[in-house]
Amino acid sequence: MFDWLILERESEMMINLNRRAALIGGLASAGALAACAPRPNAAAATLLNVSYDPTREFYRDYNALFAQLQPALAGGVRVEQSHGGSGKQARSVVDGLEADVVTLALAADIDEMAKRGLIAPDWAGRLPNNSAPYTSTIVFLVRKGNPKAIRSWSDLIRPGVEVITPNPKTSGGARWNYLAAWDHGLKQGGGDPAAARDYVSALFRQVPVLDTGARGSTTTFAQRGIGDVLLAWENEAFLAIKELGAGGLDIVAPPTSILAEPPVAVVDRIVERRGTRDLAEAYLAGLYAPEAQDLAARHHFRPRNAEVSARYADKFVQLEMSTIADFGGWPAAQAEHFADGAVFDQIYRPQ
Amino acid sequence: MSLAPSPPFTGRPRRAWRKDSVLPGFPLALGITLTWLSLIFLLPLSALLLRPWELGLSGFWTVVTDPRVLAALRISFGAAALAATINAGLGLLIAWVLSRYTFPGRRVVDALVDLPFALPTAVAGIALTAIYAPNGPLGAPLAELGIRIAYTPLGIVLALIFVGLPFVVRTVQPVLEDLDREVEEAARTLGATPRQTAWRVVLPALAPALLTGVGLAFARAAGEYGSVIFIAGNMPLRSEIAPLLIVIKLEQFDYAGAASVGLAMLALSFTGLLLLNTLQGVLARRGRA
Repeated sequence: MFDWLILERESEMMINLNRRAALIGGLASAGALAACAPRPNAAAATLLNVSYDPTREFYRDYNALFAQLQPALAGGVRVEQSHGGSGKQARSVVDGLEADVVTLALAADIDEMAKRGLIAPDWAGRLPNNSAPYTSTIVFLVRKGNPKAIRSWSDLIRPGVEVITPNPKTSGGARWNYLAAWDHGLKQGGGDPAAARDYVSALFRQVPVLDTGARGSTTTFAQRGIGDVLLAWENEAFLAIKELGAGGLDIVAPPTSILAEPPVAVVDRIVERRGTRDLAEAYLAGLYAPEAQDLAARHHFRPRNAEVSARYADKFVQLEMSTIADFGGWPAAQAEHFADGAVFDQIYRPQ
Repeated sequence: MSLAPSPPFTGRPRRAWRKDSVLPGFPLALGITLTWLSLIFLLPLSALLLRPWELGLSGFWTVVTDPRVLAALRISFGAAALAATINAGLGLLIAWVLSRYTFPGRRVVDALVDLPFALPTAVAGIALTAIYAPNGPLGAPLAELGIRIAYTPLGIVLALIFVGLPFVVRTVQPVLEDLDREVEEAARTLGATPRQTAWRVVLPALAPALLTGVGLAFARAAGEYGSVIFIAGNMPLRSEIAPLLIVIKLEQFDYAGAASVGLAMLALSFTGLLLLNTLQGVLARRGRA
């Protein structure tokens, strides 16, 4: 079924774009009408939320919840969604896709938009918790019964263990995988970066297939039967188990991992032009409301709200988690690990 | 340069270049042609040509001589050449079967050949991967024999054979259908064996069209992305194709680097097509002589 999700994603993108084209035409004619007889809130208010792959189901439900919570708007509110790889989505917005809000996998992707003046540079401080209303972490997905007895990061580099992860250069999710592995290497080696580098190099030598995105890797692992362990976002791991039935796969929570904080932001330049700032801000602020937090937890994201977290304590195992701040923030991590010729590229230098 | 199969030589002397045109209004027609070509081809191409110079000549050179970029170019063009060669043989056979024999279901087979044109390449890639993965219906028995296709360079060649096949069949088939059977019969009555007839009479007549088809299949395959990334495994230096490296560079907002690799691909494709076209010209002249 993941196959069809991938296809659906592309067609959905296209539909969204078509809708936007229709919308622009519609707005033009609405403008002509309004000139004759001014009406308040003539058309339904619309927002475009440009998001990444694994949030599709969550935002579909949240959009319905949000529409219910906005009775003040006469025409109602319609939120359109676009999903894809986080980096690709960020590039679409940079290249002109008119997103009112972005809800992506990495702060680095939003930083790229800020660098180009689309979003104020201080965006991360505008909402609580670094503007990340829900979190996730990196876990292991293994074959039923865990035949290779994989319990910790050290088990991944045992001979004969094949590890599946997407390419960190093309997948935001894979960058979290990589950093969680680096963090383990660092702790193992008593804080020595050389030890971390050795561990990560050894880990990627166990990787037989590098897909370009997280869903692609899930398909390779779950559908094609390649590999012994998949490094995955916790929410993707839950989803894979749900979709495949619990028969084939188990989740293993490693002793240490990283706190993945998928951030959200209002795209200032677009909302200023479209006059949707209030609505867009309400949309994002609403993600912190208890109902939305509960929804996020049901869609396998870790909620921020303490009360909601307590309700789902059984579902989300407590781990020792590092954060991106331990790596000096995204710009530093990006430059050190993922830029052209940086540590990740050096793993694949011909010997 | 033209990639269309050369028209059959009629033996009339070459005429002046503007006489007797079927299409009226030559200046208008030429004007529209040039404007359209500029909008559709030249503008995007010039953008591609200009972008890498942001890095300077040395920067461009550093990008395209990076071992990983070289490996990716080798994989893309090597697999494309191999796939085009295989398609040359099998495409010719399929065209032959479709134009020379009648059998039940011929029209269906004929229509099937066009399918790779119509199918989104991602669908093709996913389907091929599902079939040839080690747990797929064909991949499983092959894996027992120790042959792995999906997630190896072989998978890339397989996907490229798929996307390239119709180019060969569709360029060869019409020429084969136009080829007078009397010529073959004449060869036979003059004592040629079937093998001689095929090799010395039919194949030379088909060669220009076949080369065109192979050229198209090669160029199409070298740039193919959608189907390959699903089946390739995408391992750097081993099964990472050049278009994927372009995507990786774009993903890092490195537009100039991406355009540099794009330009290198363009130059290689152009050289390949030019060689094939020259060869085709030589063959066509020899055929007329």
